[in-house]
Amino acid sequence: MSGRATVAARPARRRADDGVVAAGVPRWAFVPAVLGGLLVLLPLVAMATRVDWSSFWALVTSGSARTALALSLRTAAASTLACLVLGIPMALVLARCRFRGLGVLRSLVLLPLVVPPVVGGIALLYTFGRRGLLGETLEVAGLQVAFSTTAVVLAQTFVALPFLVVSLEGALRTAGGRYDAVAASLGARPTTVLRRVTLPLVWPGLLSGAVLSFARALGEFGATITFAGSLQGTTRTLPLEIYLQRETDPDAAVALSLLLVVVAVAVIGLTYRARQHGGERGGTP
Amino acid sequence: MRARRAGVAGAVVVMTALAGCGSPAAGDGDEATLTVFAAASLREAFEPVAADFEAAHPGVDVRVSYAGSSSLAAQVREGAPADVLASANRPVMDALAADDLVTAPRDFATNTLEIAVPPGNPAGVTTLADLADPALDVVVCAPAVPCGSATTAVEADAGVELSPVSEEQSVTDVLAKVVAGEADAGLVYVTDVTAAGDDVDGIAFDESAAAVNTYPIATVAGSPHAALADELVAAVLDDAGQATLASYGFGAP
Repeated sequence: MSGRATVAARPARRRADDGVVAAGVPRWAFVPAVLGGLLVLLPLVAMATRVDWSSFWALVTSGSARTALALSLRTAAASTLACLVLGIPMALVLARCRFRGLGVLRSLVLLPLVVPPVVGGIALLYTFGRRGLLGETLEVAGLQVAFSTTAVVLAQTFVALPFLVVSLEGALRTAGGRYDAVAASLGARPTTVLRRVTLPLVWPGLLSGAVLSFARALGEFGATITFAGSLQGTTRTLPLEIYLQRETDPDAAVALSLLLVVVAVAVIGLTYRARQHGGERGGTP
Repeated sequence: MRARRAGVAGAVVVMTALAGCGSPAAGDGDEATLTVFAAASLREAFEPVAADFEAAHPGVDVRVSYAGSSSLAAQVREGAPADVLASANRPVMDALAADDLVTAPRDFATNTLEIAVPPGNPAGVTTLADLADPALDVVVCAPAVPCGSATTAVEADAGVELSPVSEEQSVTDVLAKVVAGEADAGLVYVTDVTAAGDDVDGIAFDESAAAVNTYPIATVAGSPHAALADELVAAVLDDAGQATLASYGFGAP
Protein backbone atom coordinates (compact mmCIF):
# COMPACT_ATOMS: atom_id res chain seq x y z
CA MET A 1 0.00 0.00 0.00
CA SER A 2 2.71 2.43 0.98
CA GLY A 3 4.65 1.37 -2.09
CA ARG A 4 1.78 2.38 -4.33
CA ALA A 5 1.40 5.75 -2.66
CA THR A 6 5.08 6.52 -3.18
CA VAL A 7 4.88 5.64 -6.86
CA ALA A 8 1.82 7.83 -7.36
CA ALA A 9 3.35 10.77 -5.54
CA ARG A 10 6.69 10.66 -7.30
CA PRO A 11 5.85 12.90 -10.34
CA ALA A 12 4.69 15.71 -8.06
CA ARG A 13 7.73 15.52 -5.82
CA ARG A 14 9.73 18.72 -5.53
CA ARG A 15 12.42 19.71 -3.09
CA ALA A 16 11.57 22.82 -1.07
CA ASP A 17 14.25 25.35 -0.14
CA ASP A 18 14.46 24.18 3.47
CA GLY A 19 15.23 20.64 2.41
CA VAL A 20 11.84 19.15 3.23
CA VAL A 21 10.47 16.98 0.47
CA ALA A 22 6.79 17.87 0.22
CA ALA A 23 5.46 15.42 -2.33
CA GLY A 24 2.32 17.33 -3.26
CA VAL A 25 1.00 17.24 0.29
CA PRO A 26 -1.78 19.79 0.92
CA ARG A 27 -0.93 22.15 3.76
CA TRP A 28 -3.97 21.20 5.90
CA ALA A 29 -2.81 17.58 5.93
CA PHE A 30 0.06 18.49 8.25
CA VAL A 31 -2.31 19.28 11.15
CA PRO A 32 -3.94 15.83 11.44
CA ALA A 33 -0.59 14.24 10.56
CA VAL A 34 1.10 15.96 13.48
CA LEU A 35 -1.85 15.18 15.77
CA GLY A 36 -1.65 11.54 14.76
CA GLY A 37 2.06 11.51 15.43
CA LEU A 38 1.48 13.03 18.86
CA LEU A 39 -1.16 10.41 19.65
CA VAL A 40 1.49 7.76 19.16
CA LEU A 41 4.45 9.64 20.64
CA LEU A 42 2.97 11.35 23.70
CA PRO A 43 2.11 8.13 25.58
CA LEU A 44 5.65 6.89 24.92
CA VAL A 45 7.09 10.17 26.22
CA ALA A 46 4.79 9.95 29.25
CA MET A 47 6.08 6.46 29.88
CA ALA A 48 9.69 7.59 29.60
CA THR A 49 9.03 10.30 32.21
CA ARG A 50 7.93 7.60 34.66
CA VAL A 51 11.10 5.57 34.30
CA ASP A 52 13.21 5.47 37.43
CA TRP A 53 16.49 6.09 35.62
CA SER A 54 18.71 5.43 38.65
CA SER A 55 17.59 1.82 38.74
CA PHE A 56 16.79 1.46 35.02
CA TRP A 57 19.90 -0.50 34.11
CA ALA A 58 19.54 -2.88 37.05
CA LEU A 59 15.88 -3.49 36.19
CA VAL A 60 16.40 -4.24 32.49
CA THR A 61 19.43 -6.45 33.08
CA SER A 62 17.88 -8.59 35.82
CA GLY A 63 17.94 -12.32 35.21
CA SER A 64 14.23 -12.62 34.47
CA ALA A 65 14.30 -9.61 32.14
CA ARG A 66 17.27 -10.96 30.14
CA THR A 67 15.66 -14.40 29.88
CA ALA A 68 12.37 -12.87 28.73
CA LEU A 69 14.07 -10.62 26.16
CA ALA A 70 16.12 -13.50 24.75
CA LEU A 71 13.00 -15.66 24.50
CA SER A 72 11.10 -12.82 22.83
CA LEU A 73 13.81 -12.23 20.22
CA ARG A 74 14.17 -15.95 19.54
CA THR A 75 10.45 -16.63 19.19
CA ALA A 76 9.77 -13.46 17.18
CA ALA A 77 12.57 -14.42 14.76
CA ALA A 78 11.19 -17.95 14.43
CA SER A 79 7.68 -16.59 13.88
CA THR A 80 8.91 -14.18 11.21
CA LEU A 81 10.59 -17.09 9.44
CA ALA A 82 7.37 -19.11 9.67
CA CYS A 83 5.45 -16.11 8.31
CA LEU A 84 7.84 -15.89 5.33
CA VAL A 85 7.64 -19.62 4.59
CA LEU A 86 3.83 -19.68 4.76
CA GLY A 87 3.05 -16.08 3.82
CA ILE A 88 5.01 -15.68 0.57
CA PRO A 89 3.11 -18.55 -1.13
CA MET A 90 -0.16 -17.26 0.34
CA ALA A 91 0.44 -13.77 -1.06
CA LEU A 92 1.40 -15.27 -4.46
CA VAL A 93 -1.83 -17.26 -4.62
CA LEU A 94 -3.92 -14.25 -3.59
CA ALA A 95 -2.22 -11.83 -5.97
CA ARG A 96 -1.72 -14.00 -9.05
CA CYS A 97 -4.44 -16.65 -9.07
CA ARG A 98 -8.01 -16.24 -10.25
CA PHE A 99 -10.66 -18.56 -8.85
CA ARG A 100 -14.09 -18.47 -7.26
CA GLY A 101 -14.04 -17.57 -3.60
CA LEU A 102 -10.77 -15.62 -3.83
CA GLY A 103 -12.40 -12.57 -2.21
CA VAL A 104 -13.68 -14.65 0.68
CA LEU A 105 -10.28 -16.24 1.08
CA ARG A 106 -8.60 -12.83 1.17
CA SER A 107 -10.89 -11.63 3.97
CA LEU A 108 -10.31 -14.86 5.87
CA VAL A 109 -6.57 -14.22 5.81
CA LEU A 110 -7.25 -10.93 7.58
CA LEU A 111 -9.21 -12.57 10.39
CA PRO A 112 -6.35 -12.69 12.91
CA LEU A 113 -6.21 -8.87 12.66
CA VAL A 114 -9.85 -8.57 13.68
CA VAL A 115 -10.11 -11.34 16.24
CA PRO A 116 -9.00 -10.23 19.71
CA PRO A 117 -5.67 -12.00 20.41
CA VAL A 118 -7.15 -13.71 23.47
CA VAL A 119 -9.84 -15.25 21.25
CA GLY A 120 -7.10 -16.28 18.83
CA GLY A 121 -5.38 -18.00 21.75
CA ILE A 122 -8.58 -19.86 22.65
CA ALA A 123 -9.00 -20.92 19.01
CA LEU A 124 -5.40 -22.20 18.94
CA LEU A 125 -6.08 -24.06 22.18
CA TYR A 126 -9.10 -25.76 20.58
CA THR A 127 -6.86 -26.73 17.67
CA PHE A 128 -3.51 -27.71 19.15
CA GLY A 129 -4.48 -28.24 22.80
CA ARG A 130 -4.53 -31.68 24.39
CA ARG A 131 -8.26 -31.97 23.79
CA GLY A 132 -8.10 -29.95 20.58
CA LEU A 133 -8.83 -30.85 16.99
CA LEU A 134 -5.25 -31.96 16.30
CA GLY A 135 -4.22 -32.45 19.93
CA GLU A 136 -4.63 -36.22 20.06
CA THR A 137 -2.92 -36.73 16.73
CA LEU A 138 0.00 -34.63 17.93
CA GLU A 139 0.14 -36.50 21.23
CA VAL A 140 0.32 -39.83 19.40
CA ALA A 141 3.23 -38.38 17.43
CA GLY A 142 4.87 -37.56 20.76
CA LEU A 143 4.43 -33.80 20.40
CA GLN A 144 2.98 -31.70 23.17
CA VAL A 145 2.41 -28.17 21.99
CA ALA A 146 0.74 -26.72 25.08
CA PHE A 147 3.04 -24.93 27.55
CA SER A 148 6.00 -25.18 25.13
CA THR A 149 8.01 -22.57 23.24
CA THR A 150 6.46 -24.01 20.06
CA ALA A 151 3.09 -22.77 21.34
CA VAL A 152 4.53 -19.25 21.67
CA VAL A 153 5.79 -19.35 18.06
CA LEU A 154 2.43 -20.68 16.84
CA ALA A 155 0.56 -17.90 18.64
CA GLN A 156 2.91 -15.23 17.28
CA THR A 157 2.75 -16.61 13.74
CA PHE A 158 -1.05 -16.67 13.92
CA VAL A 159 -1.30 -12.97 14.76
CA ALA A 160 1.62 -11.80 12.57
CA LEU A 161 0.90 -13.67 9.33
CA PRO A 162 -1.69 -11.21 7.94
CA PHE A 163 0.85 -8.37 8.09
CA LEU A 164 3.24 -10.22 5.79
CA VAL A 165 0.55 -11.47 3.42
CA VAL A 166 -1.16 -8.09 3.05
CA SER A 167 2.10 -6.14 2.51
CA LEU A 168 3.43 -8.64 0.00
CA GLU A 169 0.16 -9.05 -1.87
CA GLY A 170 -0.04 -5.26 -2.29
CA ALA A 171 3.54 -5.16 -3.56
CA LEU A 172 2.91 -8.03 -5.99
CA ARG A 173 -0.17 -6.31 -7.42
CA THR A 174 1.71 -3.02 -7.80
CA ALA A 175 4.64 -4.73 -9.53
CA GLY A 176 2.32 -6.51 -11.96
CA GLY A 177 3.12 -9.66 -13.91
CA ARG A 178 4.89 -8.25 -16.98
CA TYR A 179 8.47 -9.09 -16.02
CA ASP A 180 7.36 -12.52 -14.84
CA ALA A 181 5.72 -13.12 -18.22
CA VAL A 182 8.86 -11.99 -20.09
CA ALA A 183 11.07 -14.23 -17.96
CA ALA A 184 8.72 -17.16 -18.52
CA SER A 185 8.66 -16.52 -22.28
CA LEU A 186 12.45 -16.68 -22.23
CA GLY A 187 12.18 -20.19 -20.81
CA ALA A 188 12.57 -19.63 -17.08
CA ARG A 189 10.74 -22.14 -14.92
CA PRO A 190 8.11 -20.77 -12.46
CA THR A 191 10.36 -21.31 -9.42
CA THR A 192 13.24 -19.54 -11.18
CA VAL A 193 10.94 -16.65 -12.12
CA LEU A 194 9.82 -16.37 -8.51
CA ARG A 195 13.38 -16.42 -7.17
CA ARG A 196 15.13 -14.31 -9.79
CA VAL A 197 12.42 -11.89 -10.97
CA THR A 198 9.29 -11.69 -8.81
CA LEU A 199 10.76 -11.58 -5.32
CA PRO A 200 13.61 -9.13 -6.17
CA LEU A 201 10.98 -6.81 -7.69
CA VAL A 202 8.83 -6.82 -4.55
CA TRP A 203 11.81 -6.83 -2.15
CA PRO A 204 10.77 -3.60 -0.35
CA GLY A 205 7.23 -4.89 0.20
CA LEU A 206 8.53 -8.23 1.37
CA LEU A 207 10.92 -6.57 3.77
CA SER A 208 8.35 -4.23 5.28
CA GLY A 209 5.97 -7.15 5.60
CA ALA A 210 8.62 -9.13 7.43
CA VAL A 211 9.39 -6.17 9.73
CA LEU A 212 5.70 -5.68 10.52
CA SER A 213 5.36 -9.39 11.29
CA PHE A 214 8.42 -9.32 13.52
CA ALA A 215 7.16 -6.24 15.37
CA ARG A 216 3.73 -7.76 15.85
CA ALA A 217 5.26 -11.04 17.07
CA LEU A 218 7.54 -9.16 19.48
CA GLY A 219 4.60 -7.36 21.08
CA GLU A 220 2.27 -10.37 21.08
CA PHE A 221 0.59 -10.92 24.43
CA GLY A 222 -3.03 -12.08 24.47
CA ALA A 223 -2.83 -15.22 22.35
CA THR A 224 0.42 -16.24 24.06
CA ILE A 225 -0.89 -15.97 27.61
CA THR A 226 -4.09 -17.81 26.67
CA PHE A 227 -2.54 -20.56 24.61
CA ALA A 228 1.05 -21.04 25.77
CA GLY A 229 0.96 -20.18 29.46
CA SER A 230 3.72 -18.33 31.27
CA LEU A 231 6.90 -19.97 32.52
CA GLN A 232 10.25 -18.22 32.77
CA GLY A 233 12.59 -19.24 29.96
CA THR A 234 9.98 -21.37 28.18
CA THR A 235 6.91 -19.31 27.42
CA ARG A 236 7.24 -16.04 29.35
CA THR A 237 8.11 -13.52 26.65
CA LEU A 238 8.92 -9.89 27.44
CA PRO A 239 5.29 -8.65 27.16
CA LEU A 240 4.19 -11.36 29.62
CA GLU A 241 7.08 -10.49 31.94
CA ILE A 242 6.05 -6.82 31.81
CA TYR A 243 2.46 -7.69 32.69
CA LEU A 244 3.62 -9.88 35.57
CA GLN A 245 6.12 -7.35 36.94
CA ARG A 246 3.36 -4.78 37.00
CA GLU A 247 1.73 -6.78 39.82
CA THR A 248 4.57 -6.17 42.23
CA ASP A 249 6.99 -3.68 40.75
CA PRO A 250 5.44 -1.07 38.43
CA ASP A 251 8.89 0.58 38.02
CA ALA A 252 10.29 -2.63 36.56
CA ALA A 253 7.28 -2.94 34.27
CA VAL A 254 7.82 0.57 32.91
CA ALA A 255 11.55 -0.01 32.45
CA LEU A 256 10.94 -3.27 30.59
CA SER A 257 8.27 -1.61 28.42
CA LEU A 258 10.80 0.98 27.39
CA LEU A 259 13.30 -1.78 26.63
CA LEU A 260 10.72 -3.46 24.38
CA VAL A 261 10.06 -0.18 22.57
CA VAL A 262 13.79 0.47 22.09
CA VAL A 263 14.37 -3.06 20.74
CA ALA A 264 11.42 -2.76 18.35
CA VAL A 265 12.52 0.67 17.10
CA ALA A 266 16.10 -0.56 16.64
CA VAL A 267 15.02 -3.60 14.62
CA ILE A 268 12.62 -1.59 12.45
CA GLY A 269 15.17 1.19 11.92
CA LEU A 270 17.96 -1.19 10.94
CA THR A 271 15.71 -3.09 8.55
CA TYR A 272 14.52 0.06 6.80
CA ARG A 273 18.11 1.16 6.31
CA ALA A 274 18.78 -2.24 4.76
CA ARG A 275 15.69 -1.72 2.63
CA GLN A 276 17.00 1.59 1.30
CA HIS A 277 20.30 -0.01 0.32
CA GLY A 278 18.47 -3.02 -1.10
CA GLY A 279 16.10 -0.71 -2.96
CA GLU A 280 19.00 1.14 -4.57
CA ARG A 281 20.58 -2.12 -5.63
CA GLY A 282 17.34 -3.60 -6.90
CA GLY A 283 16.18 -0.32 -8.43
CA THR A 284 17.16 -1.24 -11.97
CA PRO A 285 16.32 -4.86 -12.61
CA MET B 1 -21.73 15.64 4.72
CA ARG B 2 -22.78 12.53 6.51
CA ALA B 3 -19.25 12.08 7.77
CA ARG B 4 -19.21 15.61 9.15
CA ARG B 5 -22.50 15.09 10.97
CA ALA B 6 -21.19 11.85 12.43
CA GLY B 7 -18.09 13.71 13.54
CA VAL B 8 -20.15 16.39 15.29
CA ALA B 9 -22.32 13.74 16.91
CA GLY B 10 -19.19 11.94 18.05
CA ALA B 11 -17.76 15.13 19.53
CA VAL B 12 -21.03 15.80 21.38
CA VAL B 13 -21.00 12.27 22.78
CA VAL B 14 -17.41 12.65 23.92
CA MET B 15 -18.09 16.04 25.50
CA THR B 16 -21.17 14.73 27.30
CA ALA B 17 -19.14 11.83 28.59
CA LEU B 18 -16.36 14.14 29.77
CA ALA B 19 -18.88 16.43 31.46
CA GLY B 20 -20.31 13.38 33.18
CA CYS B 21 -16.88 12.51 34.48
CA GLY B 22 -15.98 15.99 35.66
CA SER B 23 -19.07 16.81 37.64
CA PRO B 24 -20.72 13.79 39.20
CA ALA B 25 -24.21 14.55 40.42
CA ALA B 26 -23.04 15.42 43.91
CA GLY B 27 -25.49 16.74 46.43
CA ASP B 28 -28.53 15.60 44.47
CA GLY B 29 -29.80 13.71 47.48
CA ASP B 30 -30.86 10.23 46.46
CA GLU B 31 -29.81 10.35 42.82
CA ALA B 32 -26.26 9.03 42.59
CA THR B 33 -24.05 6.57 40.81
CA LEU B 34 -21.72 4.71 43.12
CA THR B 35 -18.66 3.29 41.38
CA VAL B 36 -17.17 0.23 43.03
CA PHE B 37 -13.78 -1.20 42.04
CA ALA B 38 -13.78 -4.87 43.00
CA ALA B 39 -11.27 -7.71 42.67
CA ALA B 40 -12.05 -10.06 39.78
CA SER B 41 -12.71 -12.96 42.17
CA LEU B 42 -15.66 -11.02 43.65
CA ARG B 43 -17.54 -10.88 40.32
CA GLU B 44 -20.27 -13.42 41.16
CA ALA B 45 -20.64 -12.52 44.83
CA PHE B 46 -20.82 -8.72 44.41
CA GLU B 47 -23.64 -8.67 41.84
CA PRO B 48 -26.32 -9.68 44.41
CA VAL B 49 -24.72 -7.42 47.06
CA ALA B 50 -24.93 -4.46 44.64
CA ALA B 51 -28.51 -5.36 43.66
CA ASP B 52 -29.60 -5.53 47.32
CA PHE B 53 -27.98 -2.15 48.01
CA GLU B 54 -29.76 -0.58 45.02
CA ALA B 55 -33.07 -2.04 46.22
CA ALA B 56 -32.52 -0.52 49.67
CA HIS B 57 -31.45 2.86 48.23
CA PRO B 58 -33.89 3.93 45.49
CA GLY B 59 -32.27 6.22 42.92
CA VAL B 60 -28.80 4.92 43.63
CA ASP B 61 -27.05 3.14 40.80
CA VAL B 62 -24.16 0.88 41.82
CA ARG B 63 -21.66 0.20 39.06
CA VAL B 64 -19.00 -2.39 39.75
CA SER B 65 -15.80 -2.54 37.72
CA TYR B 66 -13.94 -5.85 38.11
CA ALA B 67 -10.20 -6.27 37.52
CA GLY B 68 -7.07 -7.60 39.16
CA SER B 69 -6.35 -5.99 42.53
CA SER B 70 -3.08 -4.48 41.30
CA SER B 71 -4.75 -2.96 38.23
CA LEU B 72 -7.48 -1.47 40.40
CA ALA B 73 -4.93 -0.04 42.85
CA ALA B 74 -2.97 1.49 39.95
CA GLN B 75 -6.19 3.05 38.63
CA VAL B 76 -7.03 4.51 42.05
CA ARG B 77 -3.49 5.94 42.23
CA GLU B 78 -4.00 7.60 38.84
CA GLY B 79 -7.21 9.21 40.11
CA ALA B 80 -9.87 6.94 38.63
CA PRO B 81 -13.35 8.02 39.77
CA ALA B 82 -14.04 5.17 42.22
CA ASP B 83 -16.05 5.47 45.42
CA VAL B 84 -15.35 2.08 46.98
CA LEU B 85 -12.42 -0.30 46.53
CA ALA B 86 -12.80 -3.98 47.40
CA SER B 87 -9.42 -5.64 46.99
CA ALA B 88 -8.12 -9.20 47.15
CA ASN B 89 -4.67 -7.97 48.11
CA ARG B 90 -4.17 -6.52 51.58
CA PRO B 91 -0.57 -5.29 51.11
CA VAL B 92 -1.70 -3.30 48.07
CA MET B 93 -4.64 -1.86 50.02
CA ASP B 94 -2.38 -1.03 52.98
CA ALA B 95 -0.04 0.83 50.64
CA LEU B 96 -2.99 2.89 49.34
CA ALA B 97 -4.10 3.62 52.91
CA ALA B 98 -0.56 4.69 53.84
CA ASP B 99 -0.72 7.26 51.02
CA ASP B 100 -4.17 8.45 52.20
CA LEU B 101 -5.78 7.33 48.95
CA VAL B 102 -8.36 5.18 50.76
CA THR B 103 -9.93 5.58 54.21
CA ALA B 104 -9.83 2.94 56.97
CA PRO B 105 -9.76 -0.40 55.11
CA ARG B 106 -11.66 -3.22 56.82
CA ASP B 107 -11.38 -6.95 56.17
CA PHE B 108 -14.62 -8.43 54.84
CA ALA B 109 -13.82 -11.89 53.50
CA THR B 110 -11.20 -14.62 53.26
CA ASN B 111 -10.39 -17.12 50.59
CA THR B 112 -8.23 -20.25 50.63
CA LEU B 113 -6.67 -22.41 47.94
CA GLU B 114 -8.14 -25.59 46.56
CA ILE B 115 -6.96 -28.06 43.95
CA ALA B 116 -9.01 -27.81 40.76
CA VAL B 117 -9.04 -30.81 38.42
CA PRO B 118 -11.00 -31.54 35.24
CA PRO B 119 -14.41 -33.18 35.91
CA GLY B 120 -14.05 -36.78 37.09
CA ASN B 121 -10.46 -36.15 38.20
CA PRO B 122 -8.84 -38.20 35.39
CA ALA B 123 -5.37 -38.00 36.98
CA GLY B 124 -6.65 -39.30 40.35
CA VAL B 125 -5.32 -36.41 42.45
CA THR B 126 -6.21 -36.58 46.16
CA THR B 127 -3.59 -34.57 48.05
CA LEU B 128 -1.27 -31.62 47.47
CA ALA B 129 1.68 -34.04 47.48
CA ASP B 130 0.18 -35.82 44.44
CA LEU B 131 0.79 -32.67 42.41
CA ALA B 132 4.57 -33.09 42.75
CA ASP B 133 4.35 -36.03 40.30
CA PRO B 134 6.41 -34.85 37.30
CA ALA B 135 4.09 -36.76 34.95
CA LEU B 136 1.27 -34.33 35.77
CA ASP B 137 0.86 -30.98 34.04
CA VAL B 138 0.24 -28.69 36.99
CA VAL B 139 -0.56 -25.00 36.55
CA VAL B 140 -0.29 -22.44 39.36
CA CYS B 141 -0.24 -18.66 39.77
CA ALA B 142 3.08 -16.82 39.45
CA PRO B 143 4.62 -15.96 42.84
CA ALA B 144 4.25 -12.26 42.04
CA VAL B 145 0.44 -12.37 42.24
CA PRO B 146 -1.51 -13.05 45.47
CA CYS B 147 -2.70 -16.56 44.54
CA GLY B 148 0.91 -17.39 43.64
CA SER B 149 2.33 -16.20 46.95
CA ALA B 150 -0.38 -18.29 48.65
CA THR B 151 0.76 -21.25 46.56
CA THR B 152 4.36 -20.74 47.66
CA ALA B 153 3.22 -20.59 51.28
CA VAL B 154 1.24 -23.85 51.17
CA GLU B 155 4.11 -25.58 49.32
CA ALA B 156 6.47 -24.53 52.11
CA ASP B 157 4.00 -25.60 54.80
CA ALA B 158 3.42 -29.02 53.22
CA GLY B 159 7.08 -29.57 52.32
CA VAL B 160 6.03 -30.19 48.72
CA GLU B 161 7.90 -28.77 45.77
CA LEU B 162 5.80 -28.39 42.63
CA SER B 163 7.32 -28.03 39.17
CA PRO B 164 4.48 -26.35 37.30
CA VAL B 165 4.33 -26.25 33.49
CA SER B 166 3.05 -22.70 33.72
CA GLU B 167 2.95 -19.89 36.29
CA GLU B 168 -0.09 -17.92 35.27
CA GLN B 169 -0.87 -14.25 35.68
CA SER B 170 -4.16 -14.73 37.48
CA VAL B 171 -6.27 -17.37 39.12
CA THR B 172 -8.75 -17.16 36.23
CA ASP B 173 -5.97 -18.10 33.81
CA VAL B 174 -5.14 -21.14 35.96
CA LEU B 175 -8.80 -22.15 36.08
CA ALA B 176 -9.15 -21.72 32.30
CA LYS B 177 -6.25 -24.12 31.69
CA VAL B 178 -7.90 -26.75 33.92
CA VAL B 179 -11.35 -26.22 32.36
CA ALA B 180 -9.82 -26.58 28.88
CA GLY B 181 -8.22 -29.85 29.96
CA GLU B 182 -4.74 -28.52 29.16
CA ALA B 183 -3.66 -28.94 32.77
CA ASP B 184 -4.19 -32.05 34.90
CA ALA B 185 -4.54 -29.91 38.01
CA GLY B 186 -4.30 -26.32 39.12
CA LEU B 187 -4.24 -24.42 42.41
CA VAL B 188 -7.07 -21.88 42.57
CA TYR B 189 -9.30 -20.35 45.24
CA VAL B 190 -12.27 -22.18 46.73
CA THR B 191 -14.55 -19.47 45.30
CA ASP B 192 -13.22 -20.13 41.79
CA VAL B 193 -14.14 -23.80 42.07
CA THR B 194 -17.61 -22.79 43.32
CA ALA B 195 -18.04 -20.34 40.45
CA ALA B 196 -16.85 -22.82 37.82
CA GLY B 197 -19.71 -25.20 38.69
CA ASP B 198 -19.54 -28.48 36.78
CA ASP B 199 -16.52 -27.44 34.70
CA VAL B 200 -14.04 -28.52 37.38
CA ASP B 201 -13.92 -30.65 40.50
CA GLY B 202 -12.44 -29.16 43.68
CA ILE B 203 -10.21 -31.03 46.10
CA ALA B 204 -9.73 -29.39 49.49
CA PHE B 205 -6.41 -29.96 51.28
CA ASP B 206 -5.36 -29.28 54.87
CA GLU B 207 -2.24 -27.29 54.05
CA SER B 208 -4.40 -24.54 52.48
CA ALA B 209 -4.80 -23.10 56.00
CA ALA B 210 -1.19 -21.94 55.71
CA ALA B 211 -2.23 -19.22 53.29
CA VAL B 212 -5.50 -17.48 54.00
CA ASN B 213 -6.04 -14.57 51.65
CA THR B 214 -7.83 -11.64 53.28
CA TYR B 215 -9.99 -9.20 51.32
CA PRO B 216 -10.11 -5.58 52.55
CA ILE B 217 -12.73 -2.98 51.53
CA ALA B 218 -12.48 0.82 51.88
CA THR B 219 -13.95 4.10 50.77
CA VAL B 220 -11.77 5.88 48.23
CA ALA B 221 -10.50 9.23 49.50
CA GLY B 222 -12.14 12.17 47.77
CA SER B 223 -15.25 10.22 46.80
CA PRO B 224 -18.06 12.68 46.08
CA HIS B 225 -20.49 10.22 47.68
CA ALA B 226 -18.49 9.40 50.80
CA ALA B 227 -21.52 8.85 53.06
CA LEU B 228 -23.18 6.52 50.56
CA ALA B 229 -19.87 4.74 49.98
CA ASP B 230 -19.56 4.16 53.75
CA GLU B 231 -23.07 2.68 53.73
CA LEU B 232 -22.09 0.27 50.96
CA VAL B 233 -19.01 -0.82 52.91
CA ALA B 234 -21.29 -1.40 55.94
CA ALA B 235 -23.69 -3.42 53.78
CA VAL B 236 -20.87 -5.73 52.71
CA LEU B 237 -19.86 -6.19 56.35
CA ASP B 238 -23.35 -6.73 57.83
CA ASP B 239 -25.00 -10.14 58.27
CA ALA B 240 -26.86 -10.13 54.95
CA GLY B 241 -23.74 -9.17 53.00
CA GLN B 242 -21.64 -11.76 54.81
CA ALA B 243 -24.27 -14.46 54.15
CA THR B 244 -24.21 -13.65 50.44
CA LEU B 245 -20.41 -13.84 50.33
CA ALA B 246 -20.46 -17.14 52.25
CA SER B 247 -22.83 -18.65 49.69
CA TYR B 248 -20.15 -18.04 47.04
CA GLY B 249 -17.50 -19.84 49.06
CA PHE B 250 -15.87 -16.90 50.87
CA GLY B 251 -14.82 -17.35 54.49
CA ALA B 252 -15.51 -14.85 57.30
CA PRO B 253 -12.67 -12.36 57.97
